[in-house]
Amino acid sequence: MSRRSLPPEPRGDAITPPELYVRRRELLGRAGAFVATAAGFGASLTWLSQRGAADPPPAPPSLPSLGERDGDDPFARVRESPLSLPRSEATPFEAITTYNNFYELGLSKSAPARNAGSLRARPWTVRIDGEVHAPTTVDIETLLRDFPLEERVYRMRCVEAWSMVIPWLGFPLAALLERVRPTSNARFVKLVTLHDPAQLPGQQSDVLDWPYVEGLRLDEAMHPLTLLAVGLYGRPLLGQNGAPLRLVVPWKYGFKGVKSIVSIELVRERPRTSWALAAPEEYGFYANVNPTVDHPRWSQASERRIGQLERIATLPFNGYAESVAHLYRGMDLQAEF
Amino acid sequence: MNRDWLPRAVLAGIGVPLGILAARACAGLLGANPIATALNQLGLLSLALLVASLTCTPLRLVTGASFPMRIRRTLGLAAFFCGVLHALVYLALDQGLAWRALVKDAVARPFIALGVAALLAMVPLAVTSTRRAQQRLGGRRWRRLHRLAYLAGALAVGHYLLRVKADVTEPALYGTVVALGFAARLIRGRSRRSGTASERRVGGNLEATSAREEKLQNSP
Ligand code: HEM
Repeated sequence: MSRRSLPPEPRGDAITPPELYVRRRELLGRAGAFVATAAGFGASLTWLSQRGAADPPPAPPSLPSLGERDGDDPFARVRESPLSLPRSEATPFEAITTYNNFYELGLSKSAPARNAGSLRARPWTVRIDGEVHAPTTVDIETLLRDFPLEERVYRMRCVEAWSMVIPWLGFPLAALLERVRPTSNARFVKLVTLHDPAQLPGQQSDVLDWPYVEGLRLDEAMHPLTLLAVGLYGRPLLGQNGAPLRLVVPWKYGFKGVKSIVSIELVRERPRTSWALAAPEEYGFYANVNPTVDHPRWSQASERRIGQLERIATLPFNGYAESVAHLYRGMDLQAEF
Repeated sequence: MNRDWLPRAVLAGIGVPLGILAARACAGLLGANPIATALNQLGLLSLALLVASLTCTPLRLVTGASFPMRIRRTLGLAAFFCGVLHALVYLALDQGLAWRALVKDAVARPFIALGVAALLAMVPLAVTSTRRAQQRLGGRRWRRLHRLAYLAGALAVGHYLLRVKADVTEPALYGTVVALGFAARLIRGRSRRSGTASERRVGGNLEATSAREEKLQNSP
């Protein structure tokens, strides 16, 4: 009778096995080891996978406001140019200022924007000499005062098969060269970046032979499209874009656009330019955009316009063939790439 | 249900960079060229995991620790998985499934050819990664087949080496790790072949240990 009034015994499988509650502490410890292992391993892998070319982008700088400008500010007196594309095609400011190749400020695309603070763009002087009648050293403020600025919205095609459209602000290199009057011996122009590892910390490692040197044939340098840029989007250049003065040659790959220039020299011989020295089979002196001459690592037939998903066809001379193809008449562009 | 927790913890860890990458991609935080960022991160992940899986056996040989063998397969499979994602990002997003251009690229460009070869070398390894496949092949043949992992590692390092423009430090470091691991195995193999009787016995014991551990790390 009394036995019947007892509740039924729990089924055997409902009883917590003793080894479980005895080992609770041990299981908790194991959960801790699990989490610690996963976290440590995850953190290491994250670090390894975000290095070099794969590092995450910096916070984009917003377009600085123009603020109050007096009539003397050269950036407030900008001329339009018939050589310009419509401003509406321009790549956003954020992309132009966070996706850069400027090894002197770091090897990844985002490093230059992060490290640009170390570059002091004022005061700044440029030495112009060599085969000229009037060699001179001129500071950047004088250049800004003497040469009226134009906005030139140009396509920019990187040799790595991506491209942007950039509203540069600058003046034709030809205007400056006419001022110093090249001698009849001058055949090439050699342009050199600042060599100062304190300001350009990338120069502390020898990935390239510093300083960075680029060059143009004199007729290329005198072409009206060839620009010395001092700004973009109406503002002075930021460090990552080559402040305070850089070269822009829109029908050539971007690496021809030497940044933070301190020396412009007119010379008789073809200058030995940085990338052509570092990898002559990959980068030529001319470096004209040419969809039919591939780089060993990537095809040049198409490009990714930053901000667009679909690739687009690359145009001969980056779409500027009508203006510049005559410079290369009679040359074998497959050999002289 | 006596599953080893260690490979699962490693698997959870692999989810961290992949999760961050996916979250950033969804939030539009991969920068001006999101496809290139994703492509490069997946390539580096795949390489890091592949090299990690290659160091497991040498690490065991040198230190005697058994934990590397418990995670070797997880690392290798994760490397393959990330390699496939990397290739898919390239094929589908970067090239927009332009197969013709792609095949031309793979033939004409050693850089792409090496990447493709590295991935292909990992396919038989991934396919035979199950315990059943291992039993079907037999330990000796399975081990011989899985030496392909070193080939995959060398090809992937070569792919990375050709990809960087100027600074070869990073690919050289990965290459060194692979080479050291390979050397450790070679030296151990040689000392076993030319060893005295007693050393041979030690070698035999090692062999037995490794067979046991292979079973361990191949338990599902
Ligand atoms: C079908 C196979 C593959 C193709 C088509 C391929 C293609 C590519 C491409 C196009 C890039 C980017 C280059 C650039 O941004 O300019 C790249 C980078 C890379 N790939 Fe691959 N790849 C393949 C397989 C692999 C495999 C299996 C691994 C590793 C095990 C790997 C590791 C890497 C690494 C480490 C990078 C460089 C990442 C960086 O520099 O940040 N790839 N690959």
